[in-house]
Amino acid sequence: MVHIKRLQEDGADILAIVGEIDASSSIELDLAIAKSVGEGFTKILVDCHALEYISSAGLGVFMSYIEEFRDKNITMVMYGMKEKVTNTFQILGLADLLHIRDTKQDAKKLLNELSA
Amino acid sequence: MNYLHKIGCSLENLKGIRDFVRKALKAHVASEVTLNEIILALDEMCSNLMIHAHHCNPDHFLELTIDVSETGELIFEIIDDGVMFDINQFHEQAIDNLIHEKRKGGLGIRLVKSIMDDVQYLTRNGQFVCRMSKQLN
Repeated sequence: MVHIKRLQEDGADILAIVGEIDASSSIELDLAIAKSVGEGFTKILVDCHALEYISSAGLGVFMSYIEEFRDKNITMVMYGMKEKVTNTFQILGLADLLHIRDTKQDAKKLLNELSA
Repeated sequence: MNYLHKIGCSLENLKGIRDFVRKALKAHVASEVTLNEIILALDEMCSNLMIHAHHCNPDHFLELTIDVSETGELIFEIIDDGVMFDINQFHEQAIDNLIHEKRKGGLGIRLVKSIMDDVQYLTRNGQFVCRMSKQLN
């Protein structure tokens, strides 16, 4: 069960993930990112403070947008992950392919640097 | 210590699997990161079986057992009446290819193989058994 809240701040779309993402709920993440992209946002922050669990289905959603983000000059930075969630991204090396920061402040800084 | 959980093949039941594994192992696995890895691997194996071998039919059932030995070895078995789904037979595409093709799948089996020490398949009493092991440090 996952709930994704959206809010906008300084031109960025912030997706705050609350709960667990598995094979039954990853569609919610996919729809939220697709909506953000569809509305034309080029700066996306993903707040993972309340993300308790992510399986390969959720990792796959993030992975599937890497090319599209490159093509459309969209920057996405994730932040606030619990150690166990960060580890899930690290097992297969996906943490190196995505932008992940500890704090919202660092995430916004990177977002602005990469978008400049 | 032995633990048993019977699951209908609906993806809605994955949360129940995770809760079962967490409850069974919380006294045996000190590290939250390691415990989450084990939960992840079992979630991945069960969801793969539900999707690919049982087409998410909730009237089909899997049994998940956990055996914790005195030496700290964890043995997991998923017992299945359906079609054998052998992850060792799967060809794994390079992650770069998955990204290029914008694929959402193809990561679960890698996670299982990375997390578990061993994944074997056997038949017992006419049922397929996926047996995984992990030695705790």
